[in-house]
Amino acid sequence: MTIRVAVLKFPGTNCDLEMEHAIRLAGAEPDPVWHTEAHDLKDHDAAVVPGGFTYGDYVRAGAIAATSPALDALEELAEEERPILGVCNGMQILAERNLIPGTLTVNANNRFICTWTHLKVERTDTPFTTTYEEGQVIRVPIAHKEGRYIPDDDVENNVVFRFCGPDGTVSPEYNPNGSTDNITGVVNDRGNVLGMMPHPERAVHKLLGSDDGLPLFRSMIKWCRT
Amino acid sequence: MVTVEVKVSLKPKALDPEGETVRKALKRLGYDEVKDVRTAKIYRIELDVEDERKALEIADEMCRRLLANPVVEDYEIRVVEG
Repeated sequence: MTIRVAVLKFPGTNCDLEMEHAIRLAGAEPDPVWHTEAHDLKDHDAAVVPGGFTYGDYVRAGAIAATSPALDALEELAEEERPILGVCNGMQILAERNLIPGTLTVNANNRFICTWTHLKVERTDTPFTTTYEEGQVIRVPIAHKEGRYIPDDDVENNVVFRFCGPDGTVSPEYNPNGSTDNITGVVNDRGNVLGMMPHPERAVHKLLGSDDGLPLFRSMIKWCRT
Repeated sequence: MVTVEVKVSLKPKALDPEGETVRKALKRLGYDEVKDVRTAKIYRIELDVEDERKALEIADEMCRRLLANPVVEDYEIRVVEG
């Protein structure tokens, strides 16, 4: 059975090719879908919203894309409990649409930050993390200016990834953007919608510095098969 | 026609990194009086309605649906001369 993963594209999406590559590498078939054509995504097993600068980050990063009818289709897919992953600007879009709790705003140092980070895996019961160990430290890069996570409520049970040190220490020293409690990846209450600022699709080859992001895609595809 | 002005700003307790950067730059220019700088974004919206109350009502809904993010932002709306 071929697993088909929709890759949503908006004006300004720019991480879609890496995302497609990662999906293919993990054994599934990526299907790029232009947002105005995404009336119905139900013939897809999962969907991803890649990073970029949709609509030039006007109003707030992700705010305009969140008004697209494609998000109605994504919402329907979420209700069917199929896995949905939003990375970077994709996370911002999901947050603007309230598909995940909390919001993202300008980094505490007011700068665009592009660097490698370590992440602590806090939950392994989500469709995206079953192939990781709880507490495992993975190395994945970030590249954003609006990545400071602010929760709207108690999100302790929704946290999937936190910034940490190489040994797993979660402290302000290892918090690049000022996110509350180092949080940089959260799921909705059902657990099937994940938003994360770090780019797992940029960490799928040892040659490029890390392949720690690949298990995330493998988890997602394994979940779709069962 | 009624024109409204919508002002969106970060909540007072939320860190405003852009304001903070501007504050430091103003200091650098010699403005030692500057204690704090907060940024805001203003939208002027022309609405094809007759009634000011109706215009404010529509603008309020726009703020809740798109222009402001209730988690970190506050907004103010006022009617202005077109």
